[in-house]
Amino acid sequence: MAGPKYPGFDTLALHAGQSPDPATGSRAVPIYQTTSYVFRDTEHAASLFNMERAGHVYSRISNPTVAVLEERVAALEGGVGAIATASGQAALHLAVATLMGAGSHIVASGSLYGGSHNLLAYTLKRFGIDTTFVVPKPENFRKAIRDNTRLLFGETLGNPGLDVLDIPAVSAIAHEAKLPLLVDATFTTPYLMKPFDLGADLLYHSATKFLGGHGTAIGGVLVDSGRFDWEASGKFETLTAPYSGFHNMDFEEESGTRAFLLRARREGLRDFGACMAPMTAFQILQGIETLHLRMPRHVENTRKVVAFLSSNPHVEKVIYPELPGHPDHALAKKLLPLGCGAVFSFEIKGGRAAGKRFIESLRVFSHLANVGDAKSLVIHPATTTHYRMSDEDLKKAGITAGTVRLSVGLEDAQDLVDDLDRSLKVSQK
Amino acid sequence: MNFAVGGRAAFAYTAAHELEAAKPSVVFIHGAGLDHSSFALQSRYFGYHGWNVLALDLPGHGRSEGPPLPTVSAMADWVIAVLDHLKIEKAVLVGHSMGSLIALDAAARHPRRVEKIALIAVAYPMKVTAPFLEAAQRNDFSAFDMHTVWGHAAQVPLGSNPNPGMWMHGDNLARLRRLAPGVLHSDLKASNDFVFSGTVQCPVLFVLGKRDVMTPPRAAQALLEKLSNSKVEIAELSGHGLMSEAPDATLDALAAFLGR
Repeated sequence: MAGPKYPGFDTLALHAGQSPDPATGSRAVPIYQTTSYVFRDTEHAASLFNMERAGHVYSRISNPTVAVLEERVAALEGGVGAIATASGQAALHLAVATLMGAGSHIVASGSLYGGSHNLLAYTLKRFGIDTTFVVPKPENFRKAIRDNTRLLFGETLGNPGLDVLDIPAVSAIAHEAKLPLLVDATFTTPYLMKPFDLGADLLYHSATKFLGGHGTAIGGVLVDSGRFDWEASGKFETLTAPYSGFHNMDFEEESGTRAFLLRARREGLRDFGACMAPMTAFQILQGIETLHLRMPRHVENTRKVVAFLSSNPHVEKVIYPELPGHPDHALAKKLLPLGCGAVFSFEIKGGRAAGKRFIESLRVFSHLANVGDAKSLVIHPATTTHYRMSDEDLKKAGITAGTVRLSVGLEDAQDLVDDLDRSLKVSQK
Repeated sequence: MNFAVGGRAAFAYTAAHELEAAKPSVVFIHGAGLDHSSFALQSRYFGYHGWNVLALDLPGHGRSEGPPLPTVSAMADWVIAVLDHLKIEKAVLVGHSMGSLIALDAAARHPRRVEKIALIAVAYPMKVTAPFLEAAQRNDFSAFDMHTVWGHAAQVPLGSNPNPGMWMHGDNLARLRRLAPGVLHSDLKASNDFVFSGTVQCPVLFVLGKRDVMTPPRAAQALLEKLSNSKVEIAELSGHGLMSEAPDATLDALAAFLGR
């Protein structure tokens, strides 16, 4: 018998989660545009509802096309499974709502996407869940943990300062406190980093970004490593106590490694309903099929753009972890050997006015609120993605009035450099 | 359900039901390195269809206290001790892989306690390759890889999962990661060393996966010929992980065999 061998990343990106359609032989993933599925008989229906048989009942809970995406991302991340959601924000909310209720507390990195910051700082607070934001250094997470803390949370690459989360150190602190670590892995994708291999317990993606990769669909994917022992922690009643909302099911007892995803699907998707549409799953799957080709090119183009900006006289500072001056340069070399992604910030000389002239002069870069597209994008965080944050929180997140964020796409790198060069000159007039 | 056998904490999943004396009982026995959740769908089905269900965590697995028991016979005796403790006179035993050997041995040595046995992914002898045993003895992660890759059909990582959204390889690895050092080796050695010399009179069901590379159907042939009161169900598309790779085919075979 030959030694054990798993399929490689590139193969999984193309095949994981899908067998050729048994009904038609379709090689491409069919779009099962249906709300529901005919039962064989009443006994079959009852068995599906009661989780005695595997299968689909209603597309808010699961759908064959969406399931392919879930299994593929789980395979690429090395998780036990995944749940696709209506957006990345829905994935974050689903994770939090599955783990805790009113009276709980989260310790989160202060360097977050503005939408995530908003959810934690304001919206969840209204539902009794408090968050302490910290500068994302390991010891800061430890100091902020309270008796009612239920989750540590950060981004693999912080937004927009690209702080590299020290996942091995932060996860060790989390586990010492019998808590899980959730990371937003949107900027890195499983191609550049495998957070579970570094110690994270849960992760999610805004699949809208690099996974989909073409700016065509909004979606999220929440993945569980299956490695956190909820029973041993003793802090997660939602997973370890009978749930009257589903026949007194004790999810951990029922399924062990699958407990989190089981509750998230059977309660979270059922009750909150932020599911993904099958067409969206299909579009994101099309993107994933070339993830292993796109990400190296994203990184290659980014390095050329970073090199150009770093030596440009109109640029105050470039914030990219591959640069020796970045505070997390050494950590990036260790945790992100294939590259630090394609989203980064720089500070233009001349502040807000220069930034405005710069952005409005660009021709190849598109000014919009997204990242991770095949096309190059630009935005001014202080007036857009992070506009709700106070000056103090902006400062904590490393944002100034002159900060410009780029998402470098797959165009000819020289065209990108030329576009930036010309617009930087205009910005200083 | 938490209880104690021989002074050690033990656990059995009962599908959230109390045991009732009037109901028939079925005991699910997991394979090497795994736990009761291997039978999640099947055990839940029987729990809601008129049966007392005991999906066991063998000693040293899941929620049952260690150490693991070193031989198949010791594990079979432990299963009978569980029945004694719970005052269950007779039960159907359903075993997967190593668990099938435990069911077989229990039926041979405790025939009055065993009504029927279902042997899922069984082989006899159940020889474990030297590299697998050695890696497990070293507590080397490659043993988990062998368990995972050989424990499923080769098509599994390139295809869809009957259980929507789940990744079988990842789930298997996650369960193995929770094992205490030495448990997998103990199980593999017990399976490898097991010698079956008795006879079984009760009805026997073999449920085998055509794509099983760990215990291929041909490796059950000698045992099949030895057990006269037996029938065979083959899941065409399944490997060794029948309960997750072919959950409906496995359940349908069990439901037909257990009857009532």
